[in-house]
Amino acid sequence: MADRPVILQIKQVVKSFGNVHAVNGVNLNIYEGEFFALLGPSGCGKTTLLRMLAGFEFPSEGSIKIDGKETRDIPPNQRPVNMVFQSYAVFPHMNVFDNVAYGLKVAKTPREEVKERVQDALALVKLDGYELRKPDQLSGGQRQRVALARALVKRPRVLLLDEPLSALDAKLREAMQLELVKLQKAVGITFLIVTHDQEEALSMADRIAVMENGVVRQVAPPGELYESPNCRFVADFIGRMNLFAGIVEGHEDWGGLNVKTELLGKLTIPHSERVSSKLHLAVRPEKLRISSEILPSSYFSFPGEVDAVVYHGSESHVYLKTDAGPFLCATLTNLSRISVRPKKGDRLWIGWAPEDTLVLSE
Amino acid sequence: MDYWRKSPKVFWSFGIPPTIWLFALFLAPLFLVWGLSFGEKQGIIEVAITGTLENYSRAVQPLYLQIFLKSFWYAGLTTFFCLVISFPIALAITSASERWKPILLLLVILPFWTNLLIRTYALIAVLRTNGYLNDLLELIWLSADSGLRILGLGDWNLFGERFHRFELLYNNFAVVYGLVYVHLPFMVLPLYAALDRMDRSYIEASLDLGAGQWRTFRSVIVPLALPGIISGVIITFIPALGSYLTPDLLGGTDSQMIANVIERQFKSANDWPFGAALSFLLMYLTFFALAVRALLTRHNEKGLA
Ligand SMILES: Nc1ncnc2c1ncn2[C@@H]1O[C@H](COP(=O)(O)OP(=O)(O)OP(=O)(O)O)[C@@H](O)[C@H]1O
Ligand SMILES: [Mg+2]
Repeated sequence: MADRPVILQIKQVVKSFGNVHAVNGVNLNIYEGEFFALLGPSGCGKTTLLRMLAGFEFPSEGSIKIDGKETRDIPPNQRPVNMVFQSYAVFPHMNVFDNVAYGLKVAKTPREEVKERVQDALALVKLDGYELRKPDQLSGGQRQRVALARALVKRPRVLLLDEPLSALDAKLREAMQLELVKLQKAVGITFLIVTHDQEEALSMADRIAVMENGVVRQVAPPGELYESPNCRFVADFIGRMNLFAGIVEGHEDWGGLNVKTELLGKLTIPHSERVSSKLHLAVRPEKLRISSEILPSSYFSFPGEVDAVVYHGSESHVYLKTDAGPFLCATLTNLSRISVRPKKGDRLWIGWAPEDTLVLSE
Repeated sequence: MDYWRKSPKVFWSFGIPPTIWLFALFLAPLFLVWGLSFGEKQGIIEVAITGTLENYSRAVQPLYLQIFLKSFWYAGLTTFFCLVISFPIALAITSASERWKPILLLLVILPFWTNLLIRTYALIAVLRTNGYLNDLLELIWLSADSGLRILGLGDWNLFGERFHRFELLYNNFAVVYGLVYVHLPFMVLPLYAALDRMDRSYIEASLDLGAGQWRTFRSVIVPLALPGIISGVIITFIPALGSYLTPDLLGGTDSQMIANVIERQFKSANDWPFGAALSFLLMYLTFFALAVRALLTRHNEKGLA
């Protein structure tokens, strides 16, 4: 991505409401043609950041450049970005055609061109034939697509989407995720999507910024974010994670790290980077192995017993209590229809490969 | 809605008093007046209900029709000015911070806490030839004039030799001014309700799509506030049409409205049947106006659907 030009440059942006810092010093570069996701828990400042890009809020500090131009004095109606609102905000008193045509008519586009571009935009979101419908005659998903077409028809430099799929049911949401990605690749416009749904971000975005309390904690492509989170918050927020606190006791010559954990004893982890003395160790549930026989000697392994099994269809979550104390969660893929799954109370060995251990500074 | 069947006692104990009230104090007198409108005057106080249409044919004579027309015109002007003045007020209240909103709304309804008569007299004190408005204008004139004198332009009398006080009272201007003043809250409140309910993201979407403030106002805010505008227009127009006190106290000889004529029939002219006929004619016209608007909104809804 870095070989492409930067289209959105967010530098040290702070937004305060009274004494609440909704956005607290965000730096981000977003590249042309990227599908970028802002991910974070409720109230972490995602919407506020997006609204500053659209021009509805002014940053208290810092600068936002779109296409290299400082935006401070550009009102929302003159910015080369368009927004798909969380509530869609499809005008209820206009039909689908007029809704999509609105932005073009405002810009005094010739009539013939308006008609053509609106038809194209509606075809793009698969709503051709719905021109004369009023918004209250459309389903939630269709209204969302009208909002999308209405923004796309303006050919913005960046399309901002605020939780565009959160009002849809699970099946439709998944279908729309796929369609949005396809659409983005087809039109080549930079998409900046806000979501608090980590699966949505992981499955759609080229890169993701994870936010917490107005601060960006990590920016990375989905795979890196999942397999190499840089802090405890990101590790815990994305997917599931088994976490243990530990203290560094020493380093091995070959790059190993001796960590003393309270409950699992001393562990030596391959890790060559410098770390603080207090840290967290983490391992993903699907990387845990459980077995009634003893695990290979290269593994960390602990005896324990099954505390609960929660069935999720394609996989089961097995909650384990190690004899030493900590609870662990392992996910098992339900590979065959009739398979023997562990039951509550089963005694077994629990372990994982040392290289699957993540080392997280606070 | 089957609730009342299950506990009829509760239903009737709550339902009967207002029903009696409605019948005894509203429908029965209304019916009496309706009967009177088909009557003939027999003596000073006796009226015989003979079923004559004489009163109605008198009521549609050009003299009275003209007054009806004028009443509609004044009520229409009042409604128009109220709408034009109220929209910015309602918009301002809507966009005020949560702390200011109740205070501003209170200011809008504050005049309701004072009797109409007192408010009208207060208006007289402001508007009359020796009133506060003229005092203020004179003060401005005097300071402007002395300013000119200081500049050495005094001899030219650029603003006239002396200040002429304006005749602001007892004319048609005063009536419409008074009516607008009295009815303003009736327009502000429904407009405010409609605007405050409106999702702000519609406005933001319009701006986001490149529309300026004015275009957004015209193409998004006004159409979405239309139900509020219509109710505001109705609840301003109807009471303005039947105004009595304002034209009586602020108007001149030629600015009486239909309610003043009706009042005269019941009092000084002592012609109750004719007064009753005029009253009912006014009511029919009001109903007609309401029916037209109902038709219009039905048409509108069909357009929306
Ligand atoms: N206009 C405002 N006035 C005061 N505080 C605000 C305002 N807008 C947002 N906030 C505060 O700023 C913080 C961030 O809000 P924001 O809407 O950006 O969160 P979000 O990440 O979009 O959350 P969600 O996922 O729930 O939509 C919140 O604590 C919120 O209460
Ligand atoms: Mg939000």
